[in-house]
Amino acid sequence: METLERIIAEHPFFHGLDKDFIALMVSCASNVRFEAGTYILKEGDPANTFYLIREGKVAVEVFAPQHKPIIVATLSVGEILGWSWLLPPFQWKFHARAVDDVRAIALDGKCLRTKCEENHDLGYEVLKRFVQIMEQRLEATRLQLIDVYAVKR
Amino acid sequence: MIMATGITTDPMLPQPYSVRDVAKETPDTFTLRLEPEIAVNRSSFQPGQFSMLWVFGVGELPISISGDPALQDRLVYTVRSVGQATHALVNRRVGEGVGVRGPFGTGWPAEAARGRDVIVVAGGIGLAPLRPLIYQVLQNRDDYGRLLILYGARSPRELLYRKELAAWARNRETQVLVTVDYGGLGWRGHVGVVTTLFKYARLQPAPAVAMVCGPEIMMRFVTRELENQGLSRDNIYVSMERNMKCAVGFCGHCQYGPHFICKDGPVFRYEQIRNLLEKYEL
Repeated sequence: METLERIIAEHPFFHGLDKDFIALMVSCASNVRFEAGTYILKEGDPANTFYLIREGKVAVEVFAPQHKPIIVATLSVGEILGWSWLLPPFQWKFHARAVDDVRAIALDGKCLRTKCEENHDLGYEVLKRFVQIMEQRLEATRLQLIDVYAVKR
Repeated sequence: MIMATGITTDPMLPQPYSVRDVAKETPDTFTLRLEPEIAVNRSSFQPGQFSMLWVFGVGELPISISGDPALQDRLVYTVRSVGQATHALVNRRVGEGVGVRGPFGTGWPAEAARGRDVIVVAGGIGLAPLRPLIYQVLQNRDDYGRLLILYGARSPRELLYRKELAAWARNRETQVLVTVDYGGLGWRGHVGVVTTLFKYARLQPAPAVAMVCGPEIMMRFVTRELENQGLSRDNIYVSMERNMKCAVGFCGHCQYGPHFICKDGPVFRYEQIRNLLEKYEL
């Protein structure tokens, strides 16, 4: 049987993280499942969790009045969902919906914030990993904004 | 080594072909099948080469060949209707004539890639010039290593060859990953730019050759990502597009730094043109 410790240690997001820090993560972690079509998080709700996706696909959606939901990105196995728990005002900025049945590890953001405040080495490790994800997603978003496939007339 | 196929007739003289089929791929993109009006004309080409297509009375266009190189009784082109000449071309009816010059230019390094993994990265209509190479790899499956196809388009309705993409994915040792920049609720695939697909790719960089075609800005980001994944610049090839007119290096319309795209390209080793791709407004 897979333990939470092993799952977290083997997830790409935490690759190379010190064993003691993994143990701290485990104390804030739980297994969760979402059926296809259900919302995992909604814009404006308190952001107190983030997810390590183990199975399935998640659509990140923007709500736009008078439009159907606009999917701006999908996240899949090996990726993480959610960083609004890291920074005030701790509110989700987007909706996230399970496209398929999703299995994930939920990490309690409040619990983790407390541990990061108590142990700045842990905080730095966590922040480094999130900054890398933010940088990758910012670059991808810039490319999307350029709209490279649009017809130039 | 990239080699241009020899042209057996006067390269400036269009050969008469007839439209045999027109298939709608997306709202503005069509695939035309042309067959020679003179039976002795055999349509041999290398994957990645292009033809000049004459729509009589309208104009001439450089279009990449998108069909199967093993089928020499026809030439297949996938054309996006974006201007007067392309609009006239995609509106040719079955039986109507089109003049064909070529094939011209360099092809994908299909021979050099034998025995190695092949990574195909396409954006938008850039999948069309890569399709002949994909056919060639799949028809000679034992001669190549793994085939990885990464394809990005603007939206689900702008994806080319959707049925073929699904069929290609069913081949052994073949991974096909598709993404769109903007998804709708009915789309269950990936959403994000094509570079985001690399994290799902089962990539083994050392023995691989990568071939990339799409908008130049997309190719710049893709080549950077390929280098991050461990591919050397020597093993990355890109296909360039410019305003080709004569197609044989006489007129200079398609000059790109020291190169003529029509004659020295359209397929280049990335290292040959990397510096040019980093220049503004070139």
